[in-house]
Amino acid sequence: MDRRTVFSGRLLPHLLLAPQLLLTVFFFYWPAATAVWSSLTAEDAFGQGWIFVGLDNFQDLLTDPLYLQSALRTVVFCVAVSVLAMAVALLLAVFADRVIAGRGLYRTLLIWPYAVAPATSAALFVFVLHPRFGLLGRWLNTHGFDWDYTLNGVQAMGVVIAASAWKQVSYNFIFFLAGLQSIPRAVIEAARMDGAKGWLRFRTITFPLLTPTTVFLLVVNLVYAAFDSFGTIYALTQGGPSKDTETLVIKVFRDGYINHDIGGSSAQSVLLMLAVIAVTAVQFRFMGRRTLS
Amino acid sequence: MNNRPDWLAHIILGLGVLLFVLPVWLVFAGSTQDPDAIARGALSPWLDPSGFGVYARVLSRGALGGQPVWHMLAISFAMALAIALGKIAISVTSAYAVVFFRFPFRRAAFWLIFITLMLPIEVRIIPTYAVMADFGLINSFTGLWVPLIASATATLLFRQVFTAIPDALVEAARMDGAGPLRFLRDIALPVSGANIAALFVILFVYGWNQYLWPLLVATDPHLDTIVIGIVKMIGVDSQTDWGAVMATTIIALLPPVIVVVAMQRWFVAGLTEGEK
Amino acid sequence: MRRRTLLAAAPLSLAAAPLSLAPLGLSASAARAGEKITIIWWHAMTAALAEEVKRIADGFNASQAEVEIQPVYKGSYGDLLTALIAASRAGEAPHLAQVFEVGTGTMLGAGKAVKQVWELAKETGLQIDPKAYIPAVRGYYSLADGRMASMPFNSSTGVMWINKDAFRRAGLNPDKAPATWQEVRAACDAIKAKSAAPIPMTTSWFTWIQLEQYSALHNLPYATKENGFEGLDTQLVFNGKAQVKQIQRLLDMAKDGTFKYSGRDGAPDPVILSGDAAISFGSSAARGNLVKSAKFEWAEAALPYDPEVIKTPENSIIGGASLWTMTAPKRTPAEYKAVASFLRYIGTPDLDATWAQNTGYVPVTHAGFEALKKQGYYDKNVGADIPVEQLARGKMTANTRGLRLGRLPEIRAIIQEEMEKALQGGQNAQALLDNAVERGNKVLKDFAKSAKA
Repeated sequence: MDRRTVFSGRLLPHLLLAPQLLLTVFFFYWPAATAVWSSLTAEDAFGQGWIFVGLDNFQDLLTDPLYLQSALRTVVFCVAVSVLAMAVALLLAVFADRVIAGRGLYRTLLIWPYAVAPATSAALFVFVLHPRFGLLGRWLNTHGFDWDYTLNGVQAMGVVIAASAWKQVSYNFIFFLAGLQSIPRAVIEAARMDGAKGWLRFRTITFPLLTPTTVFLLVVNLVYAAFDSFGTIYALTQGGPSKDTETLVIKVFRDGYINHDIGGSSAQSVLLMLAVIAVTAVQFRFMGRRTLS
Repeated sequence: MNNRPDWLAHIILGLGVLLFVLPVWLVFAGSTQDPDAIARGALSPWLDPSGFGVYARVLSRGALGGQPVWHMLAISFAMALAIALGKIAISVTSAYAVVFFRFPFRRAAFWLIFITLMLPIEVRIIPTYAVMADFGLINSFTGLWVPLIASATATLLFRQVFTAIPDALVEAARMDGAGPLRFLRDIALPVSGANIAALFVILFVYGWNQYLWPLLVATDPHLDTIVIGIVKMIGVDSQTDWGAVMATTIIALLPPVIVVVAMQRWFVAGLTEGEK
Repeated sequence: MRRRTLLAAAPLSLAAAPLSLAPLGLSASAARAGEKITIIWWHAMTAALAEEVKRIADGFNASQAEVEIQPVYKGSYGDLLTALIAASRAGEAPHLAQVFEVGTGTMLGAGKAVKQVWELAKETGLQIDPKAYIPAVRGYYSLADGRMASMPFNSSTGVMWINKDAFRRAGLNPDKAPATWQEVRAACDAIKAKSAAPIPMTTSWFTWIQLEQYSALHNLPYATKENGFEGLDTQLVFNGKAQVKQIQRLLDMAKDGTFKYSGRDGAPDPVILSGDAAISFGSSAARGNLVKSAKFEWAEAALPYDPEVIKTPENSIIGGASLWTMTAPKRTPAEYKAVASFLRYIGTPDLDATWAQNTGYVPVTHAGFEALKKQGYYDKNVGADIPVEQLARGKMTANTRGLRLGRLPEIRAIIQEEMEKALQGGQNAQALLDNAVERGNKVLKDFAKSAKA
């Protein structure tokens, strides 16, 4: 997609390109190289000395059942958040597409949560679900239900999934609504005149036509759940109880920042980088131009 | 077609709206209640009109041991603005360079930038931190935002927009004797106006909501953003001032929500470009 | 104006001033240079404790004209250590940093990034007598041969807090705190039977109190090589029979509903302050907050022991933090001298006593303790001498000196994770401790590998 007509000039384009290129080198390539180098060494926290250990850090990681559990947990978490956030968003979008009165107001009221920070979403959920302070959490405990996500791993996972998905619904809603509105009315009318009822129409016509949107959103949601959810999870459970909500990105943070295990956390970073590159490569191969996140 | 109101749609949509509004309302109502009562678990869904003083208190003095909220708001605002404007600026210029010029290594430069799409900050967080430490940029305001503007998403968007500008326009400009910079200012930028607006919303929200990176890079409490401030207020080892936490949470929500709602049209248009 | 009020408030610091500066010849060289030396002190104290830090700094600054110390709050202990590492790597470390006791292992592995106290003393002529410090305190922060590595500053130990109101409601004698674990369990059963408190028993700093302190009290080893003091190739051994018995006791009590696990590290502190728990375990430093804001009648008591494991309990170990002197590329000898003068200042008995009095931390010197006794502080504040007595009793053994393990915070997190798993029914105490030992040993091996680099 190159232009035919361009401007001449040698110095100017370099000047224009320089800021981004410099930042990219300093804040992408250099850290990436540092990560690779650190992952192949063992050094003390203060950086006083290092020794080369080859692939030891990677071997330790890949044979550590805790790391593999964390990876599995991350997959479960990402899928659960994506499915939940997309399903709720699709439901709302279908009805927002249908409704006539108050359409603009509904749209506004369903878009604003996009602005909520993941960590803030966690704070909100604390006040709803905390066993001691939360309105609903306290209610559950006084009505015979043993609710304490600070001690019960399954409940903790449920809470972080809910809080993370809650935040993501708006984004999905915007895309699903746009996708629905771009389906030609003629197609829907034709199906209706053929006698297809609402649910059948949806299943056989509408949903298949939404496939590009759905696939795009799935990738975005999976990546969001894997990385952006850090704030939500960390603010709610810090990865606990007993690692039950420790996703890979929480583990990187914990090992690198709190435990000062430079080699181990760098190895984890490298593996995460490879995973993201793989996912993005797949995304671009199959979807072409979707570039905005 | 039916002219009766679509009850099912209104119910579903109404429930959806409540799902999002209720937690915020609960926190808003709670902020006006007695913090000791909340600590004992007596949070109620009703507003206490006598409790609005908490907002003044928290804005001017913050919670015990924390920064005053106005200060954290200022940091968040400066950071979000720096990220939004900074990223737009460097993306516009680099996209422009790649599209409107020919120079050796043009393609290479583009790919170098493009690959950065694949590395969200969380993945490169510890090594970026190490690089910043070696530079001495830890605990500085610059360190808060500069690493966050380096990814390529906006560059790609502008590349698309600039590539789509009709050749006729460029020809006309050249015949008028306009140089590349004038063309950028007079044609290319206005044409991308809606995209810039949409990007501004996305980036402002992104910058405002950052948690992991500021947490890592700034230990000096004077650099606390409001999102960091809220999390720090919860679970301090002496009693948590729940009123302050809740009031600050509400305050923290307002600026990005206002930006999104006010710029809704551009925001939605910019996000879903190509869907229609 | 500030100087005058401070001088009025701290006559003792004035008296100490000539003592601190003369042997260092500081006044001479600084006067020659004509400039004030500023030293930066990173600390993690908040609220009332931060006020005390400021008082000390102001007092020092007012007592002489050559050095100004600037205290800077750097966040929690964990944040401070991480920031310290980053600053050190960038060549911008502060002169002094308050590092929590569990960071001692990491700091000892910091090589040239720190200047240990004995080295500072040698270079600057600072006189430090390790014997002036309470053994439990100095032992934790010294090298194997007795040379001090960091300067003790705020030390606490574990104690038991009793809610006297709850005891009364349960029909128990509020003035007689249970002395053994068997008595504790019986008391909790009574409390639960009479519903005298929402939570019969809880603990703050779970690993510190229920495992580390417990091992010391009962003279049980926590790790090989004298709890890590004798070498980096140490292995954890806290999964012994006696420790398993204690943890299983807690798990059983949790199932009975008499013990509630309230979270990791210091998170349960608000529970103690609220009075919801009839019996709780925590840091002696909570006393300050209890005095100020408790809305119930409470008492401080010694940690209970198990007479089936040991007849009389040994000394408990300390918590809290110490001050480390950091190096930097362009740091001058004059700056180190300035640091030494401050360290000398805070070691004086009167300052030690005042600090302990206002904060709830224990006095770290014998002289400081004596000063407080003479002032009648312990008569007026019943129970405040319990932590000191606990630290000073018995005969210090290899098991009661404290711990010196690298990445100890991570090991504590591991133990707490395993405990949380056990509380969900996933494992019993033996498995819990065995898993923790296995995972912890891996961490220790990693630390040893990187420290040798």
